[in-house]
Amino acid sequence: MSESISSVQEIGTDELPVIEPDPSFMKQMLEMGSPQISPCFQCLKCSSGCPLGFAMDHLPHQIIRMVQMGLKHEVLASSAIWLCASCETCVTRCPNGVELPRVMDALRQIAVREGVRPAEEEIAKFHDSFMDEIRCSGRVHEMSLIGRYKRRTRQWFQDAGLGARMFLRGRLGFLPEKVKDRDKVRSILRKGGAR
Amino acid sequence: MTFQAGACHGDGAADEGMNRELSYYPGCSLHGSAREYDHSTRALCEMLDIHLQELDDWSCCGASSAHAFDRDASVMLPARNLAIAAQQGKDVLIPCAACYGRTKAAQKSLAEDAGLQHKYAEQFGSNVPVSVPLLNLPELLSDPDMVEALKQRVRKPLNGLRAVCYYGCLLMRPPSVTQVENYETPETMERVFAALGGTPVPWSYKTECCGGGLVLGRPDIVNKLVDTLCLQAEEAGAEAFITACPMCQGNLDMRQKDAAAAFGRDYSLPVFYISELAALALGYARSNGWWRKHLVNPRPLLREKGLQ
Repeated sequence: MSESISSVQEIGTDELPVIEPDPSFMKQMLEMGSPQISPCFQCLKCSSGCPLGFAMDHLPHQIIRMVQMGLKHEVLASSAIWLCASCETCVTRCPNGVELPRVMDALRQIAVREGVRPAEEEIAKFHDSFMDEIRCSGRVHEMSLIGRYKRRTRQWFQDAGLGARMFLRGRLGFLPEKVKDRDKVRSILRKGGAR
Repeated sequence: MTFQAGACHGDGAADEGMNRELSYYPGCSLHGSAREYDHSTRALCEMLDIHLQELDDWSCCGASSAHAFDRDASVMLPARNLAIAAQQGKDVLIPCAACYGRTKAAQKSLAEDAGLQHKYAEQFGSNVPVSVPLLNLPELLSDPDMVEALKQRVRKPLNGLRAVCYYGCLLMRPPSVTQVENYETPETMERVFAALGGTPVPWSYKTECCGGGLVLGRPDIVNKLVDTLCLQAEEAGAEAFITACPMCQGNLDMRQKDAAAAFGRDYSLPVFYISELAALALGYARSNGWWRKHLVNPRPLLREKGLQ
């Protein structure tokens, strides 16, 4: 691996990416609660059944291989880790029981912790807004969630028509509900506390 | 299996009603954009003599986001609700597929992971309580005794209504959590729908993903997935969808018009909650309030079938 990279550098081909594998990446993954991925034998069942695969830059089986190879930067900067919808199709079909959705969770957590700019910023901002909503009320109030999301993304007019239709049909509640024991909810979020 | 253990108090449960007590975890969506799912579930349970007791001061399960940022929180958020459920001491009905999946996964992690048990004790000052059985709505309704009870109580059979049952992801997957055997081609909702007099239409997309929580971040992707589901349902010969998940219903119902516009289609398929149809078939008279909330208006179809 490293040999082929140095030979590429010697040739001096600018267009070829210089890959710097990080051998400690898998160890860090395991510390973040990622399951083992060594049983993966690249059968591609995960990628064949992935409903979001069509939109990803790297397919799920490629993400696994990249993690195994220590391509930390490439994996953390990929759109795939944010587009994974945790539909659990891959892990259900994996002949080796590789828990890919948990792998994606660990990757997102490392990306956030290390300040890697998410390839899918809107999705990351949605998650941030969602967690803020839990922190604030203990429950998620959809209208407040949408408000938080729009403030973050500044996409004021995205889905404005749909929002209006939802509102007119009474699908968006006015008043947020609050959990009485919000302190406990906050303490749960603090103790876990990725951010 | 847990259902049978505590379900029927003696023989004749089917004709005398289920007379059952359950705890109830609505989750955030059922108090928001999926209020008709909450109302219809409550109405249906009342008609079936199932008494629901909402979990006292329940909090969000973390749903689509907590696990992406913080594994411990994704377990401890549902754990708070499980602690309340243990105090109430009854099986818990969780109609939302995401809440069901996340809570059941947390229950499994807490039972298996000593590190999490330790964190639980730190957080809640007690040991992890004994696992209470968790039920989703298709699971509750498709129990053989319940199917029998539904058949006997049908007042307005859903004759001639052709629909595909759409399970989505988390009611079935991963099977290590849900303990479902037939997770690729489930039949539970079909059994319920058929008991109500409806015609379940076979199709291959029952457990495909609708995009779930990507709906705000990448609506274009959700439109694409919704388009595929609508095309497949239509091709199978269905007139409507039946769901048991607020995200599935929400995406299919609320995104359908945008999806049709984006891909130049003309489908218009109402998206029902299974509880809405069951309550309607059992003769619930005030379902109009539910239909008003749907963005794909189901009333013309219901009128055509003589159900309105």
